[in-house]
Amino acid sequence: MTDLTKLTIAQARAGLDKKEFTARELTQAYIDNMQAKRNLNAYVCETPEQALAQAEVAQAAINKGEVKDLTGIPLGIKDLFCTKGIATTACSNIIRNFVPPYESTVTQKLLDAGSVFLGKLNLDEFAMGSSTETSCFGPTINPWSKDVPLTPGGSSGGSAAAVAADMCIAATGTDTGGSIRQPASLCGVTGIKPTYGRCSRYGIIAFASSLDQAGPIAKTVEDCAIMLKNMAGYDAKDSTSENKEVPDFTKFLNGNVKGMKIGIPQEYRVDGLNEEVAKYWDKAATMLKDMGAEIVDISLPHSKYALATYYIIMPAETSSNLARYDGLRYGVRVDGNTLDEMYINSRTKGFGAEVKRRIMMGTYVLSAGYYDAYFIKAQKVRRLIRNDFIEAFKKCDVILTPTTTGAAFAIGDKTMHENPINMWLNDLFTVAISLAGLPAMSLPIGLNSQGLPLGMQIIGQPFDEGRVFEAASALEKQVGFRGGK
Amino acid sequence: MDAQTVTKIAFLSRLKIDDDKIENTKDEFTKILRWVDLLKEVNTDGVEPLVSVNQNNIAMRKDEVTEGNQSQAVLANAPMKEYGYFAVPKVVE
Repeated sequence: MTDLTKLTIAQARAGLDKKEFTARELTQAYIDNMQAKRNLNAYVCETPEQALAQAEVAQAAINKGEVKDLTGIPLGIKDLFCTKGIATTACSNIIRNFVPPYESTVTQKLLDAGSVFLGKLNLDEFAMGSSTETSCFGPTINPWSKDVPLTPGGSSGGSAAAVAADMCIAATGTDTGGSIRQPASLCGVTGIKPTYGRCSRYGIIAFASSLDQAGPIAKTVEDCAIMLKNMAGYDAKDSTSENKEVPDFTKFLNGNVKGMKIGIPQEYRVDGLNEEVAKYWDKAATMLKDMGAEIVDISLPHSKYALATYYIIMPAETSSNLARYDGLRYGVRVDGNTLDEMYINSRTKGFGAEVKRRIMMGTYVLSAGYYDAYFIKAQKVRRLIRNDFIEAFKKCDVILTPTTTGAAFAIGDKTMHENPINMWLNDLFTVAISLAGLPAMSLPIGLNSQGLPLGMQIIGQPFDEGRVFEAASALEKQVGFRGGK
Repeated sequence: MDAQTVTKIAFLSRLKIDDDKIENTKDEFTKILRWVDLLKEVNTDGVEPLVSVNQNNIAMRKDEVTEGNQSQAVLANAPMKEYGYFAVPKVVE
């Protein structure tokens, strides 16, 4: 029998429906792999019994011919999505024992589509990081590592690593400033952050609410389309989810880019851009051109301000959102003589260093005397950044950029840790898109000279994921990179 | 940023910074603030702050109970509860 853990969702669907293997066999193959590769630290909680029970239900549905898109498909879930009755920790000590009494909308939709949940995946604490190193469960190891253990990126590092290492067919991720796209790029897999408002945030532990979006990480563009179709949609429980029809994204995979205008922003060709990254960027543009697309030079003049803008708005929202961890309603409680002391002791013990840094930064930029100078100023620049994209999209249909400035870096990398700003620079090519609320996909483009994967990013207009999928599927065909390690 | 501001911001954040870490924190924050000060060079005269990227105004919902009588579930994760309530240190003498 073929190795079931090498299949894509589309292939597994066909195999299940043709009864080439059972949902139980498929799930068991992933459980075996999940347990065999524990050294990668991709899962922080395994739920094999539940998975097998869900597989039985799926098989019964298949036998009756009642098949949905994901019936019997084994998925991994980022541990930022609340799963009813199963610990959901955000990989933070402060809620390490939190068991949600409800299910997030996105995971409920995936369950309703028939999928099987294998367990919860590692992430940077509260999704704050670009390497999974801030997780209270320790870092995930990139399956592409050779001599030294490399990070899978982050914050959805567990998701990207698990998909790359065949420990689930696909996974959920969330992206605030690049947390789906950067790890997908560093692990040689595919991921899409949809338009802000496309997926419900209900039940996703909040980090920076004007930026957070859920999306899939998978082995192929097609699998991302299948996943996103089953994650997206209006939800009355999230007032920022948009009441828009969800197209069948799998109808946008014919790889036809004839006449499509692909924008190349000159500002992303930053000084000292990694040569291999630059080479692959040119190569991707040439590939699309050879297939009939038109390459258009565009300008996003406020690009250089995106990171600084993000590092004001995001911490401000963090400081508000994380005020809820007070040692009272859930999570860690450390006693104190007064209510304030109890709050302070609980939060000081429960939060890690990066989370504290961001809470304090946010508190500072929101505090009296600094609010206008920092927070309002950043919101104004945010509008200018979004206006840049609106202008650019008058000249093109999608925008092509590298996802990251380089390949995966080592766990404990000195440069990344001696100055937090160095770690934040990981988001250089991804944050502006988040600030503008646009959809963007990362897909593998090839390996660098060290044999490590690099990714390209395709950015679309709001609620135009369809064209992102079209361009991505065209590029994927030409690249011929099989997602995963 | 000075040491006093660090202590004040820590308290507003309900976090404690050990005395021997205050200097470090101050230096780190100064570095970060210097970095985000880049925004000062952007002309934002007459620019409306962007609060939300949503295309439509957020719809108001009716103020009504949708899933009531869930006190058990609400309290399930409380580190301390008494008589069906969250319990806190005494706040009134």
